Amino acid sequence: MASTTTTPSSTVDSPGRSAGLGARIHDTLHDKATLGPAIVLLIALIGFSVFTDRFLAANNLSLVLQQVMVVGTLGIAQTLIILTAGIDLSVGAIMVLSSIVMAKLSADSGVPGVLALLIGLGVGTLCGLVNGILVSRVRLPPFIVTLGTLSIFTALNLYYSQSETIRGTDMSDVLLYTGETFAIGDTRIAYGVLLMLGLFAIVSYSLRATAWGRHVYATGDDREAARLAGVQTTRVLLSVYVVAGLLCAVAGWILIGRIASASPQAGGSANLDSITAVVIGGTSLFGGRGFVVGTLFGALIVGVLRNGLALAGVDVLWQDFAVGFLVLTAVAIDQWIRKVKT
Amino acid sequence: MSAVAHAPAVTPILEAKGLVKRFGNVTALDGTDFELMPGEILAVIGDNGAGKSSLIKCLSGAQIPDAGQIRMNGEDVAIRSPLEARGFGIETVYQTLAVSPALDIADNLYLGRELRKPGFQGKVLRRLDKKAMRDESKAQMSELGIMTIQKIEQQVESLSGGQRQGVAVARAAAFGSKVVILDEPTAALGVKESGKVLELIQKVRENGLPVILISHNMPQVFEVADRIHIQRLGRRVAVVDPKERTPTEVVAIMTGAAPAT
Repeated sequence: MASTTTTPSSTVDSPGRSAGLGARIHDTLHDKATLGPAIVLLIALIGFSVFTDRFLAANNLSLVLQQVMVVGTLGIAQTLIILTAGIDLSVGAIMVLSSIVMAKLSADSGVPGVLALLIGLGVGTLCGLVNGILVSRVRLPPFIVTLGTLSIFTALNLYYSQSETIRGTDMSDVLLYTGETFAIGDTRIAYGVLLMLGLFAIVSYSLRATAWGRHVYATGDDREAARLAGVQTTRVLLSVYVVAGLLCAVAGWILIGRIASASPQAGGSANLDSITAVVIGGTSLFGGRGFVVGTLFGALIVGVLRNGLALAGVDVLWQDFAVGFLVLTAVAIDQWIRKVKT
Repeated sequence: MSAVAHAPAVTPILEAKGLVKRFGNVTALDGTDFELMPGEILAVIGDNGAGKSSLIKCLSGAQIPDAGQIRMNGEDVAIRSPLEARGFGIETVYQTLAVSPALDIADNLYLGRELRKPGFQGKVLRRLDKKAMRDESKAQMSELGIMTIQKIEQQVESLSGGQRQGVAVARAAAFGSKVVILDEPTAALGVKESGKVLELIQKVRENGLPVILISHNMPQVFEVADRIHIQRLGRRVAVVDPKERTPTEVVAIMTGAAPAT
């Protein structure tokens, strides 16, 4: 998957561009935005497998994937929103609220597992709809909207759950399914990981190969230009927030499987982690540029980094330090890539 | 009130009567009339604040007039969005908002009217037919003589200003079946690139499409326009024939230094 060839033969053949090494790297990264994160991930994988022998062990890698599956799924939602030049501070809150609704309906109200799951997904979608209406129709800035709904969804969550954790043993197996694993050789893969990868594939396809995807990019690039070109930007924005809400709810389902319970206090850092994954994945915070696959790399980079540093016995605070450093580097590189010679 | 050269004997392809557009206390359009005849290049000129942009936005659906009628081929129409304007065969190239820079040329040409693959892939998976869109775009670009661009998969932001404008004009010419509106298409361009765009505009007319050209640039207006619509203080004060008037006279009418007779 991670192609290491840096020969930009297929990308640079236009005259008028200087052929210096820097310019060639620039052009390549400009055309293939996921290459950077892929290379970083590869370096991290090679680096840690050299320094710690436990890192490459099958069960460790499957652990990394399980640690990544929640933030990765949230990252898909966050990528969609950031592609439209927005930001969503409420993804974590939607995720937790949805997971609590699913768990509580199943554990306390005796609702069948599948139905509880569907209602939970519906609640997440509804949360996305609220964000979407406020952003696309009332035209409030996404930062403000989701800052507000972050508090509202969190409050609703605490009210409904009464701040109590719901144990996995009390709820339907359907809700815990995402945490179940199956074996490929020595490696155990959680179904939640498969679900996450499937969602990445679907969203990646939709962005790349459908008109809706092109419209998401055009709207994020320049909303007014897109509108004048005949894109129904209000509808596009609304659809992005609704889909994001649904994805957050799916992340909520995966979260239940991951921690084998539903806790109103879970996922506290999930908001920022999802933004981190998107940014490291090379998606521009200014909208219109980036790929959802980059976010998968971004989430994996953070997961690998934390896991590898932990195995190497590095203190958590230095893990945070490293992640912060990565974010700043990613944004700096993005700024450089966005520069276009005219 | 207004002196109109060539009193319309044929039905105008696009016509407006008494358009009014207000923004709070500002009256951008104060009962403007407008006519575009088949097959002509009509230049619209006017000082800043004369209401050129508002007029064009009303015709292209970007804004909705507060009062007045718009007619196409003599029939009343309501144009309430850019999409509806397209439906009437009106294509517009906007000054600064012509293209989406992060998308490639073919995506830009087909933005908002993408082609889907036939059969299952298109109907169920809603997969775009990128190949068809690229081939068509290439054909369109070469027809207008702007195939100096190497690759149709190139992002528009990697093109020069003139090439970008070329993409926008190509889009308008490809899909405009009735009218092409160009809002200051050369404002941000150098002399050589402007010349290219003007050539393009004339090519569009040769293909039989009437063009509305909004411009500040008098030499350009006199070079390509068949008639000149002069807008002043929210109204049309005159329509003149560039062969009968000098640029100085036109500027005088535009600024109110001379009466519009």
